Amino acid sequence: MATDKRILGGLMETENQPEVADADLIPVYVMGKRYMVPSSLTIMKAMEWAGYTLIRGVGCRGGFCGACGTAYRILGDPKLYFGLACQTVVQPGMYLAQIPFFPAQRASYDITQLEPTATTLFSTYPEVLRCLGCGACTKACPQDIDVRMYMAAGMKGDIATMADLSFDCIMCGLCAVRCPAEEAQYNIAILARRLYGRYLAPRSEHLRERLEEIEAGKFDAEIEKLKRFDKEELMAQYKARDIEPK
Amino acid sequence: MSGYPPEMQESIRKVEVTRARRIKETFPAMSMEERETILEAFHPDYKEETFQTIRVGVSKGQRMPIELAGIVEGRPHISPGFSLSAPAASTDVLVIGGGGAGASAALLAQENGAQVILVTKLRFGDANTMMAQGGIQAADRPEDNPAIHYLDVIGGGHFTNVPELVEALVMDAPFAIKWLEDLGVMFDKEPDGMMVEAHGGGTSRKRMHSARDYSGAEIMRTLRDEVRNREEDISVIEFAPAVELVLDDKGQIAGAVVMNLETGAHRYIKAKAVVLATGGCGRLHFQGFPTTNHHGATADGVVLAYRAGAPLGYLESMQYHPTGAAFPEQIVGLLVTEKVRGLGAQPVNKNGEQFVYPLEPRDVEAAALIRECAPPIIPPASGGECQRMGGRGNGVITPTGQPGVWLDSPMIERIHGPGTIQKALPAMVRQFGRFEIDITEEPMLVYPTLHYQNGGVQLQADCSTDIPGLLIAGEVSGGVHGHNRLMGNSLLEITVFGRRAGRSAAAYAQQCQRIGKPTLAHVEAWNRECQQMGVDTGVVSPILLPDYTRRV
Repeated sequence: MATDKRILGGLMETENQPEVADADLIPVYVMGKRYMVPSSLTIMKAMEWAGYTLIRGVGCRGGFCGACGTAYRILGDPKLYFGLACQTVVQPGMYLAQIPFFPAQRASYDITQLEPTATTLFSTYPEVLRCLGCGACTKACPQDIDVRMYMAAGMKGDIATMADLSFDCIMCGLCAVRCPAEEAQYNIAILARRLYGRYLAPRSEHLRERLEEIEAGKFDAEIEKLKRFDKEELMAQYKARDIEPK
Repeated sequence: MSGYPPEMQESIRKVEVTRARRIKETFPAMSMEERETILEAFHPDYKEETFQTIRVGVSKGQRMPIELAGIVEGRPHISPGFSLSAPAASTDVLVIGGGGAGASAALLAQENGAQVILVTKLRFGDANTMMAQGGIQAADRPEDNPAIHYLDVIGGGHFTNVPELVEALVMDAPFAIKWLEDLGVMFDKEPDGMMVEAHGGGTSRKRMHSARDYSGAEIMRTLRDEVRNREEDISVIEFAPAVELVLDDKGQIAGAVVMNLETGAHRYIKAKAVVLATGGCGRLHFQGFPTTNHHGATADGVVLAYRAGAPLGYLESMQYHPTGAAFPEQIVGLLVTEKVRGLGAQPVNKNGEQFVYPLEPRDVEAAALIRECAPPIIPPASGGECQRMGGRGNGVITPTGQPGVWLDSPMIERIHGPGTIQKALPAMVRQFGRFEIDITEEPMLVYPTLHYQNGGVQLQADCSTDIPGLLIAGEVSGGVHGHNRLMGNSLLEITVFGRRAGRSAAAYAQQCQRIGKPTLAHVEAWNRECQQMGVDTGVVSPILLPDYTRRV
């Protein structure tokens, strides 16, 4: 039926699929196989343009989830590069391999039973102390995080610094792929962040007070009244709200 | 490091000229009447010809986007004769969906004594939760309270929200923040512990809690980490989308048929209770809009629940985020967080002039951006009478023909001081920096993008539905936000209702004496009804993945 084509057609027209002349196509190699793709596309869209239906190696498509970590070289250049397939534009001669999954070590723990100390870090992940400080992780990070630096903080047991420096981590795992000391830096870093968030961050008094007020039923009557209002009464109340200044 | 072509840079210079003056000016907010007028004329939800009513099922006659209706009316993956005699696994609670709502539900179900299986279509955490940047609302400052939050929510939703759901949202909110913090989420705080809280569109108090501009990612990775710590009670199965719910002969839930996305094999997982937390539908690209959504946002849960007999609601209303990236081409449609406007950046047109209050509710703000860019008169598509008002033609057009307006981010540092952007918006700096655009120095070009499914499966405040044992949580549900959600209420929704669904599921599983004979009779009845009504959209649904491969 007509709707079928319309639905699927709508889908494919929106994400990419530019009209391109042959002259605008460049060669890229997906796991060794050559494809001609438009030069304006990201690696992810280029693979789809070439005909791949992605299941592994695709997630948020916006640079936040870490599903599409990719290693690549440019033919003739010995250097190894790393990027997110959804955020990196193709280049001629790009020779690429996606690394959507890596068998990294992850400890299991009960966050409520831990103390935010160096001992906790070292006993949960003893390999922290094996870090060589080589910086291969930093070079591999598509978020430009100085992984070596936060690992150095970890070796000193400085949980707050490790949490802060690692904050923008999307847990793609490219650091772990490159680590000669077999660290899973991103898993160690989330332990540091959770220890910081739960134990080291300053407590919010106003939040504690509000919880007590709600439990004491302070707002129940007001909410009940609002729930019973009809649209006109609600609109009047809504229009009469005072807006807190910026 | 301008990554903008010369003609766009020319317009940027106009933005720079007016900047000092604009910082001192506030564009007036619209009245309720002005809001209605602009929505009717310019919001995509009001484009009647892009909607269709569904012809089968318990909510037949309901209006929704054509693309969604085609999928809701789709054919099942499996035949009613699929064998349910040997379940691949049996559990108390089956959670379908590995985003924030699913993870929260799994944790609370486990805490309440249930054995849990969580299945998810892609990786655990590949979800819109991960992509939420701006923050999460909760009325926890002395200047604020849950009743004020209630009014903001229901006014933003055009007074159509379900009151009991709004009550649950705002009253649970501070507890949700506390729960997340106890799990280790690093909210932005002052040195004395005071939460850093900002305005969002349609808020009357500052109550947007954030974790830089990785708010959703921080919440998602923390929830995921916690679920993984409880592996003895919670099994996670990735790349395993549900393709059909299973009921028993008494009409209560009995589990789901899931598919191994890589091998195509179907398996029955038997469960006493099911939490459906499959998220939204941005990848259906209504009216050709790009989307902020993750790859798997294809309305799966709406299809599953509806075919099993759960009523839908509010699906005639989709949220278009006012500020999706409009340049460069590679990131068109991706989210530019509302936090940018929350921090003081104004939308301005190609002449460097303001044209809208920066923090209207999202639907109103989006309509204003569309009006600013639309040509003065929209020619009727099929020679008919011109129904909609003409726009103002004040948008910037990119080399690929994409219109947009400027979002003047450099203002933020003028207002709050140098370094603010790097500290508060690192993800945005990185996103645009990859394309040689420095948002501390240059504005971003933005245009509305498909963002959120306001409607979905109808639910009660305890997340229960018309199907005993089926619980709903998160974007797949409808009613919490009425016809328009405010910023920061979706991260709140997934936490509040995820937790409620988990608790309800565990309680239901506990009192469930035994599951009767599992059956796919509802699939058989569905097929029969479609045949009687002559409905065949040719689509097998849920569609599971968008199709972006090139047709040669």
